Formats: sequence, C-alpha cells, structure tokens
Amino acid sequence: MEMWFSDEHTPNVKLSIRIEKQLFSGQSEYQRIDVLDSKEFGKILVVDGDLALTQKDEFIYHEMITHVPMAVHPNIKKVLVIGGGDGAVVRELIKYDEIDQIDVVEVDPLLVEVCYKYLPEIACSLKDERVQIYHEDGLRFIRSKTDAYDLIIIDSPNPFGVGEGLFTKEFYGNCYNALHEDGIMINQNESPFYQEEAYQCQRMHRRILESFPISRIYQAHLPSYPSGHWLFGFASKKYHPLDDLRDVAWNLKGIETKYYGTRLHRGVFALPIYVEELVKDVE
Amino acid sequence: MEQNSQLKAPIYEALERFRKMRVVPFDVPGHKHGKGNPELVELLGKQCVEIDVNSMKPLDNLCHPVSVIKEAEHLAAEAFGAAHAFLMVGGTTSSVQSMILSCCKQGDKIILPRNVHRSAINALVLCGAKPVYVNPDVDHHLGIALGMKVSQVEQAIKENPDAVAVFVNNPTYYGICSDLRRIVKMAHEHGMKVLVDEAHGTHFYFGEHMPVSAMEAGADMASVSMHKSGGSLTQSSFLLVGERVNAGYVRQIINLTQTTSGSYLLLSSLDISRRNLALRGREQFQKVSLLANYAREEINKIGGYYVFSKDLINHNSVYDFDTTKLSIHTLDIGLAGIEVYDILRDEYDIQIEFGDLGNILAYLSIGDRIQEVERLVSALADIKRRYQKDSTGMLSQEYIEPMVIMTPQESFYAEKEYLKLEDTIGRVCSEFVMCYPPGIPILAPGEEITDKILHYICYAKEKGCSMTGPEDENIEHLNVIKEK
Repeated sequence: MEMWFSDEHTPNVKLSIRIEKQLFSGQSEYQRIDVLDSKEFGKILVVDGDLALTQKDEFIYHEMITHVPMAVHPNIKKVLVIGGGDGAVVRELIKYDEIDQIDVVEVDPLLVEVCYKYLPEIACSLKDERVQIYHEDGLRFIRSKTDAYDLIIIDSPNPFGVGEGLFTKEFYGNCYNALHEDGIMINQNESPFYQEEAYQCQRMHRRILESFPISRIYQAHLPSYPSGHWLFGFASKKYHPLDDLRDVAWNLKGIETKYYGTRLHRGVFALPIYVEELVKDVE
Repeated sequence: MEQNSQLKAPIYEALERFRKMRVVPFDVPGHKHGKGNPELVELLGKQCVEIDVNSMKPLDNLCHPVSVIKEAEHLAAEAFGAAHAFLMVGGTTSSVQSMILSCCKQGDKIILPRNVHRSAINALVLCGAKPVYVNPDVDHHLGIALGMKVSQVEQAIKENPDAVAVFVNNPTYYGICSDLRRIVKMAHEHGMKVLVDEAHGTHFYFGEHMPVSAMEAGADMASVSMHKSGGSLTQSSFLLVGERVNAGYVRQIINLTQTTSGSYLLLSSLDISRRNLALRGREQFQKVSLLANYAREEINKIGGYYVFSKDLINHNSVYDFDTTKLSIHTLDIGLAGIEVYDILRDEYDIQIEFGDLGNILAYLSIGDRIQEVERLVSALADIKRRYQKDSTGMLSQEYIEPMVIMTPQESFYAEKEYLKLEDTIGRVCSEFVMCYPPGIPILAPGEEITDKILHYICYAKEKGCSMTGPEDENIEHLNVIKEK
C-alpha cells in the first residue's frame, strides 16, 4: 500500500513524504493533530494539515532558536517559551545549568499529551523540574508580566492558525514589557522565499522593530520547511547578536549540538542579498 | 414560539430549488449568473453570483409578497414577537425612515431624543414633520449622551399633546436603554405611537438577561439591524410592527422609496440569519455576553481605561445597559477615543466600530472568538504603555443643546448661502454636520450655529474624526439660510 503526506508550501507547490503509517489523529479544542511515521523523516508531527516538525531535521530549528541567544546573553536565568508544547526548545534549554526557571505557555494540552506519547524522546524534557507548563493563551499570559524574563522564545507554528495572535505588534510590545532591561526575544520569522511568507517576514520584522531597539534576522537551512530556507528574529534591548557574542565562554560550557556552533553563529546573520533587501525595505 | 416552523427558511429553500432547475435567464440582471462578468465571479464566487437574480414567480416579489417572501416575513414576525415583519434591503436607515413616514405627515409633531441617527432627521426632511427634541441626560465624565428621563418624556408629551409619536433609541450606540415600557405606556395613554430605533438591539430578542425589546415592551414599530449583531449581510434589516399598526399602509410607505429589485443575497441572508437566531440565538448571545464580560474585566485590569457597564444604571436615563457593548473610556490615559481608534487600525491591524472624543466602541457579535478578544486587550495594554500621556486639556464629548429655529424640511429646501465656517455664527444651518460613525448630528438642518458648536467641530476635525454631512466635504464652509 502506498501512502503519501503532502505538505502544501504554496497553493502551487507541495512537499510529499511517503508515510509508513499514521500513529495518531485527533482534534482538540484548537486544532487537528496528527502523528505520522515515515522512512525518510522519521516521525512527523502535523498540525491542522501543516507539517510542524520531523524527527530528522527538528534539531536544526530548535538549536538555532535556542543557542543563538544563549551564547550572547551572559546570564540567563528565567526563560519563557511561547508555544513549544512539543518540548524540543526545552530540550535545548535544559542543557544549561544556569537556567533556574523555564515557563512554557502552550495553549493546547492535547498537543503536549500527544508529544509525550508519540515523541517521548523530545517531549520528556518537559518533565525537568525547572519547567512549568501553562495551558493558556500566550497573549493573555504575557500581558500581566513586567520585567520578568531574561529570554523569551516564540516558537509558534504559523501566522494563520491558532497562533495568529503571536505574530502581532501587541504581542511583541507585551513581550518587550515582560523582559528585563537586558532581555532578548527570539522568534521564528518564516521563510523569505515564497511571496506570501516573504510578506509575513517583513511584517513581523517591522512589528518587532517598532518595539525593540535591536532587531536582527538570521537564517538556517531546514529541509522539511517551505523552501528549506528559514529565518529567525533576534530582538534585544541591550545585547547585539554579533558584537556581544561570548564564544569562548559558550564553548567552555561544552554544550553538545549538531547544527549550532559559534563559528556558524558569526555567519548566520549574513543574509543573501535578496533577503537583505527584503529586510531593509521595512527598516 | 413554535420551534419547528422556525427550522424553515423559505427564501433560501426557494433559491436552492431555483439553482437546481438550471434556468436559462433571459431576464435581468445582465451578468447572467456571472457568465458576463468573470472578474466579479472571481471576487464573489460562483455560488454567490448564481443567486443574484431578479424577482420571479418561484422567488416572489419584495414589493408585493405572496409566497416565499410572505412566508419569510411571517416567520420573522413570529421569531421577533411582532404582528408583522418586513424584510428591508435599504439598510436600517430605510426602516427608520419608513417608521417615521408611516406615522407623520406634513406639520405633525414627533417627540425624539436629539441623539438620534441621521436617518431619523432625514425622514423629517422628507415628510415635513416637526421635531420636538428631548435633550438626553448626559454623563459629563464619560462625555456621552444617555437615555431620555421618563419625566422629560412626560413633560414633552404634556407640552405637545398634539404630537403623533415618540421615538426612542433602544439601545444607544453605547448600549444605554431608556425605560421603554413606561415610555410606551405614557405615549399610548396620550394616543401617540412609539417608534423604536433598535439598530443596535437585535440580540435583545434572542439573548437571555438582555434589556427589554421594543416588541416585548409594546412599542408600535421597531427597526432592527439584523446585519449588526444578527449576522446577516450589510444593508439588510427588519422593520417590525405591532398590533396597532396597519401593515398594508406601512408596505405602501416602504414602496415609496424601496428598490423594486430587492437583492436576493440580502433577502436570503435575512432569512437564514433569522432561522439561526431563532434556533441558536440564545446560546450564541450567551457566548457573546461572556466574551464581552471577559474583555471588560481584562481591559479594566490594565488600568487607565474604563469599560462601562451596568454600573451606569440609574433607573432613569440609564434604565438598563446592553452588556454585549464594549464601550471604553480612554481619556484618562491622555488619548482621545478617536486617537486610540486610529492607532488600533494603523499599528495593530485592529478595526473597531468607532471612536469619539472620549471613548471607543468595540462591537462584539456572534462571529467573535476569544483569540481576537485577547488581541484587542493586549493591544490596548501596549497602547497604554507606549502612548499614555497627561490628559489635561483634553476635551470630552459634549452634548450641545440644539436651538431649533425651523423644521428640518423648511430649512433644507430654503434659499441658502454658502459661508466660511467662522462666518456662520448666529445663522441657521441648512445641512447636517456629524462624525461618522456614529452618525449622530452635531448640527441638523434648521438649527442655529453657535460658537460652542463651531469650537466642537474644529476640535473633532483636529483629532481626526471623520466628519460628514455638509456639501463642502472638507467642512470649511456651511450652507446657512439666507437672511431676508
């Protein structure tokens, strides 16, 4: 029997992956969640029909969204992860002994439950004693927080689903308010390649710039995501992502990674010309 | 109300039957089910343009309903507890005008609060009736006009025993209700009809714990904006009438100004929305109330903003309050309502209903979800953090008592002069000036222009209110009555 999962990258482009079997399918109050198993990408988490992560390449995304700020800010103790109910960002964060507290705000309890069951190697990190999970709307959670975190990581899937409110100016503004005076906010910033996402990219970057004095874009290569070329946003009140990189200190920690390294860190902020122009357009 | 009959949607069902028949059109509209206008089909969709058809036997005729439209009217009347209901396709404006034109003739007096929608005064221009204004009570802190006090209405009735009708807003744009039952009782005792503008009160007929609806209070006619809180398409509306009104005469009045090509998109949307509210309105408006209460609590928690509610009730000019309305006072953070309104749209991609000098109104309805409410609350929190300033010197909305010199009709058609704004003090205005929305006139035809009014117009313009009414779209000139 032949079974394929197609992830729609644009109305005219799809990425199809041969599926061995479907492990789970369910509908929560917020979204439809599926877990598939494939030969090429291993297990795949699908949310509302869109590929959310694959076992094979999720390390790229999660290392890049986590270690970049961790190598810049000298003293991160309190971290807030918005979204990230799969536990992969937390898996990277708990590699750091200096972090005391990790708050995860994942609106959908079913997502966490499904990941515990079908992606335990990723989700088990959520059991770390420093982690507290809040099943709340991210926008609502952040509203009441002032001067509370060193780092906020926004790991939300896409600007058109449940997480729509996490791509808005009001959200970034409230994040700014929730950070300490030297805090950093990292967001996944979509892909610059296809038109619709490129537009979202610009929009997010502009919205963040309106709240943060420092806002820089960096990139990674993500085979399973649309176009394979993915951007992240580094927004900060004080630290510059390159000038303040503390590579020696970070390397001394001996953190194990497969994608991120401090030599790579120096390179990822150098963007292709067309992306640079895209970004400049809204600056 | 019989639930089973409300399951029907006769116009919608007739359109479905019509679609299946694949009728070849040699009648209007000329786009012929969209085939003649592919760009329009691209925009609206095939399903939509296919039912944009003309009156015909199987689909009835809005001007003289005998079959499916008649049945839909009957079901609507049943759902709203009215003796008769008319499906309206010219907006609630046409419902309001039909109410007034049905009751008032040239020279008749009608008692009405001055904070009516322009459509009511427009009707007076058309029919030549004389307005007897009841100055609404005012909340000076919030800068909003409240309802009419019962004693004020009583006095107006006593002083004008020859008036033919009393006109009431139920509720006002901000959600404020007058004591409708007592006003109805008083008016009826004096042989006057009661006409109710319920543009913002559709949900009163279906939700629980809502202020009393016009039909329940015994009013004679009510204009219900189904397209506002009821979910039908923009421009569709219901005109409801009670037992004491001659429905056949009202139909004649409606037909004086209504199109003879009523849109079936609008008519079917009324039919389907009526069915929805009759069957599920109670739960849906319960959800709306919960969302509004949640938003109210969260916004009040931010501090600086004041979202008013039943706390305004004073058993008189605020007899009841519609809690689905999210009316937010913004002056205490140093921003005019209209400024917050603009910031929300320009910087946060959030469009709200309107902003005046001191308040904004976010309209909640059956289409809202908690996610969007969270966005609104968070945006208001962010705006406060970024833009809060000292509020000294901020003007709040003022209700300026009008000085009526002539009837709206006399002044509208009188010989006029076109003068610069600053030269008009002391003259009689022959046109409207208002901020839109909310569309409540600052000046109406026949009223004297005062220093206070001009000052107010200039301040509202400066703060970015979008002003409409006069011939001069920049509102630098006004037409005034020529002095003899």
